[in-house]
Amino acid sequence: MRPFTYTRAKDPAAATQALAGNPTARFLAGGTNLIDLMKEDVERPTALVDITNLSLAEIKPITAGASKGGLSIGGLGKNTEAANHPLVRQHYPLLSQAILAGASGQIRNMATNGGNLLQRTRCPYFYEVSMPCNKRAPGSGCGALEGINRLHAIFGWSEKCVAVYPSDMAIALAALDAVVRVRTASGQERSIPFADFHRLPGNTPEQDTNLAHGELITAIDLPQNRFADRSYYLKVRDRASYAFALLSVAAALEVSETGNRIVQARIAMGGVAHKPWRALTAEKMLIGQEATPANFKRAADAEMAAAQPLEHNKFKVELGNRSIVLALQMALNGGKA
Amino acid sequence: MDQNENLDLSDDEKKLFEDLMPEDLTEILDTGVNRRHFLKLMTLAGGGVLAAQSAVAEQLFTKPISGAMPEELSAAAIENGVNLALNVNGSARKLTVDSRMTLLDTLRERLDLTGSKKGCDHGQCGACTVLVNGQRVLSCLTLAASCEGKTVKTIEGLAQTGTGRSRAGDSGAQLHPMQEAFLKHDGFQCGFCTPGQICSAVALLDEARRGDASYVTENVRRKTGPVQLSTEEIRERMSGNLCRCGAYPNIVAAIQEVHSGKPVEQTFRFSA
Repeated sequence: MRPFTYTRAKDPAAATQALAGNPTARFLAGGTNLIDLMKEDVERPTALVDITNLSLAEIKPITAGASKGGLSIGGLGKNTEAANHPLVRQHYPLLSQAILAGASGQIRNMATNGGNLLQRTRCPYFYEVSMPCNKRAPGSGCGALEGINRLHAIFGWSEKCVAVYPSDMAIALAALDAVVRVRTASGQERSIPFADFHRLPGNTPEQDTNLAHGELITAIDLPQNRFADRSYYLKVRDRASYAFALLSVAAALEVSETGNRIVQARIAMGGVAHKPWRALTAEKMLIGQEATPANFKRAADAEMAAAQPLEHNKFKVELGNRSIVLALQMALNGGKA
Repeated sequence: MDQNENLDLSDDEKKLFEDLMPEDLTEILDTGVNRRHFLKLMTLAGGGVLAAQSAVAEQLFTKPISGAMPEELSAAAIENGVNLALNVNGSARKLTVDSRMTLLDTLRERLDLTGSKKGCDHGQCGACTVLVNGQRVLSCLTLAASCEGKTVKTIEGLAQTGTGRSRAGDSGAQLHPMQEAFLKHDGFQCGFCTPGQICSAVALLDEARRGDASYVTENVRRKTGPVQLSTEEIRERMSGNLCRCGAYPNIVAAIQEVHSGKPVEQTFRFSA
């Protein structure tokens, strides 16, 4: 690992200021991804600013503003605490499930909510510094585009990058229309709708998100919703646990009290794109329809018709199709098949 | 490390150093035998110079070598040094670490606690699992510098010292129930992952007691206080600890026994 200075920030202002003056300085929170990438020589910060002592861990109801009635989750709270908080379990079980689907007990005890969103891709070409990778070394090329790309994207990729985004938590947050609250380097507050937080690779795959250098995630706001009775996070992976998703689906439904008609549907997919992939085509098709397996299938077909698989991941198209149907079915039945 | 240990040279030992390394004698009497002295002595031994005094030399070589890296240095003595005070297995420790040093390397290389193992060093195997402020974490992905003021417990700190059965050796320590259960159920073969498995399992039971959910929990919305764990639940909750020997059924049985408080029968399944 390359040498770096280590300091602890006393408050958010000191933290953002510490990064503002140094383009190669980074925040250190849980460290579960950053420290690993530093060992691999993928990340090379010259300064780490430890922000774990900042009081930004609270989970509390939102009493004013656009998300009134929702829940605010501190950016520096631990994943374990968020997944097990009574208000999250009761009102946002989809988020609890998605967090618990990721990593291991040990890692969820370390990882923070803000840091989870900033995980970098697990593309093997990104990790292996002897390989070309436009995300790690812009302009060097993409090793995966014509390499081994079984794990890679089927939506929204570019010639520059076919990597997928790894977080489970973020897939649920995308489905729940969360809002990321940020403190800028100059001390301003800004809110980023979840759909605008992560980016597609385009010509600048080195940029994972729309956060500017030195911006600090203070909280993640969850708007109030009516999905708690009917939501499900389905994760498909190469082994039963402790593995990144080959593909995942966060599904949430609101069904009319009389009859079986879909009032609202949310579907977000993981493991298919450079960012959490909202299945907007499928969602639109489901509104006003009856919640039946046949309608779920029609919506899944429409969504997956736009997929552009690579040489080794054609299986993800059929897998995505079936996973959407199953996740919707599980959501409809309150988590049971 | 106990610095005083090295000051008690016997008369024979003093004479040996006087004969062979007179220029270092004052330093040795002052601060003990350090790595440089030891290496010098080894070189002399290699040349046969020590042969005549082999009995004394043997004694010396079997003494612990310390002083090579005192725990406290000025932070400036190490590039990007960080002064650190933390509690490890009940003892307050102060030391200066390179900012890059992980908690795992600090425990193993600086504090002589080699129970925690370096398996993958990338957070993929769980062999380095320790408890920090009571929570299980991966010490290989934790910077030591970030542990200021924290309480660390490793496999070495789980047994109760004092009276009781002396399965843990001559110390008279009583093993933690989870350690006993791993022994009883043969929850290991090579043993490399075991310290991490046991630390993880101890924390897992606390998590179940406070009602934490897992991905296989049927309904996360139902919060019922302490959770009774099924085999499936234990397997999911232990998935961060890999065992290449495949002792999983025995590990799960050991954890289930401590969790339920009832003896668990070993079950073996063979293919037809």
